Amino acid sequence: MADFWQGYALPVVITVAEIVAIIVPLLVAIAYLTYAERKVLAWAQLRKGPNVVGPFGLLQPIADGAKLLFKETVIPSGANRVVFLAAPILTFSLSLMAWAVIPFDKGVVLANINVGILYLFAISSLGVYGIVMAGWSSNSKYAFLGALRSAAQMVSYEVSMGFVIVTVLLCAGSLNLTAIVEAQRTIWYAIPLLPMFVVFFISVLAETNRSPFDLPEGESELVAGFFVEYSAMSFALFYLGEYGSMILMSAMTSILFLGGWLAPFNLEPFTGLAAHLWAGFWFALKVALVLFCFLWVRATVPRFRYDQLMRLGWKVFLPFSLFWLVLTAGVLVTTGWLPK
Amino acid sequence: MAFLDRGARAVLLSELAAGLWLTLRHMFKTPVTVNYPYEKGPLSPRFRGEHALRRYPNGEERCIACKLCEAVCPALAITIEAEPREDGSRRTTRYDIDMTKCIYCGFCQEACPVDAIVEGPNFEFATETREELFYDKAKLLTNGDRWEAEIAHNLAIDAPYR
Repeated sequence: MADFWQGYALPVVITVAEIVAIIVPLLVAIAYLTYAERKVLAWAQLRKGPNVVGPFGLLQPIADGAKLLFKETVIPSGANRVVFLAAPILTFSLSLMAWAVIPFDKGVVLANINVGILYLFAISSLGVYGIVMAGWSSNSKYAFLGALRSAAQMVSYEVSMGFVIVTVLLCAGSLNLTAIVEAQRTIWYAIPLLPMFVVFFISVLAETNRSPFDLPEGESELVAGFFVEYSAMSFALFYLGEYGSMILMSAMTSILFLGGWLAPFNLEPFTGLAAHLWAGFWFALKVALVLFCFLWVRATVPRFRYDQLMRLGWKVFLPFSLFWLVLTAGVLVTTGWLPK
Repeated sequence: MAFLDRGARAVLLSELAAGLWLTLRHMFKTPVTVNYPYEKGPLSPRFRGEHALRRYPNGEERCIACKLCEAVCPALAITIEAEPREDGSRRTTRYDIDMTKCIYCGFCQEACPVDAIVEGPNFEFATETREELFYDKAKLLTNGDRWEAEIAHNLAIDAPYR
């Protein structure tokens, strides 16, 4: 009995507690990201944004969530029911799954696996399945076109994202996310690899279907793209999934380029043991900063045309990141900076 | 050289940066929003809102059933029936405005020789049913009693320009 408790039940309880400790703040963050988006867009357009529900409109996301929860889930008569309902669940759970490997501090990570970055990349690529399933099972031309666009777009930009990640791996010498952050103690990779950082950020915008690459949704031409036919909670899950993957990608950006939980300056009281107290704060701050850039870009630029999107992905980013990868490798080898 | 110029601008994303800088500056400007249910914008004295039938200060209704408003109404929204009252004066027995037909052109108040039918400053008269928008004489007279102060004030301000 003691054996069962020690060897099996206790680890399970601890893991579940850790998962809850990650997912609950994450869901709150997703809810308030929607609020932040509406506020930032409002400010950029000289409006006020939500300000009626609660102080400064802070309860707005909760009101929205409650509304979607109580609505009816409409399933179109021509739809494939199982796939139709599985698609939002898949999208949402994929955006949560990836958080297993995100380190919040040295050692504070659910699964410190050695191929963390590969796992992240794989999970974020799987996101396209949710969209394709939604588009196909809806049995609607708008949804189908949105899904086609999305599939092509995500696949195109993953290629250049892959090269950017390889560049970072060359500099860090490890696929473990904790090791990548620790390798940035001397300098954050955003500085020596600035062009790669920009390419990565823009690719992330495309990967998460955010403006200016929000063609899959394209509300002005495709109504709402791949999730036209969705309503109530199934719609909410897509929405949560989209914002969840935005936060995930921001976390990935800050781990790969902005030094994760490292303080921006090596001064008291951010050194030694106190550094661990501040780690979560710095990480959250960096993620919030990248997220702000997402919203800022959305407030600024119009949507790309489809051919422009493909041109940028294949004819600009791919050769550019490939060139920079070779350049980085060359510099590392000739100067002997290549990590052992 | 134009080629170099264009290339440099494309590589350095200078146009993108200029756009981002513009939106960033806008984020710190004061919003122009009028916080509607709590704040309201100014209305002209000529504003044509919800209709009202006015009375004289002694309580006598102004309308003399000349039916000019009914005749001029381009949307045929007004229906009037009239017969002499016991004291011999000409009065309406029925004065209906179908607010779902009305186009708020203001011809009725222009046509009225006694300033009886007017369009007041009220624009917040949305209803939950269509039937509530078929105004009868009682409703119009109630409107007149409720908005008399504002209507009289607006007519006085606008009088010099007529």
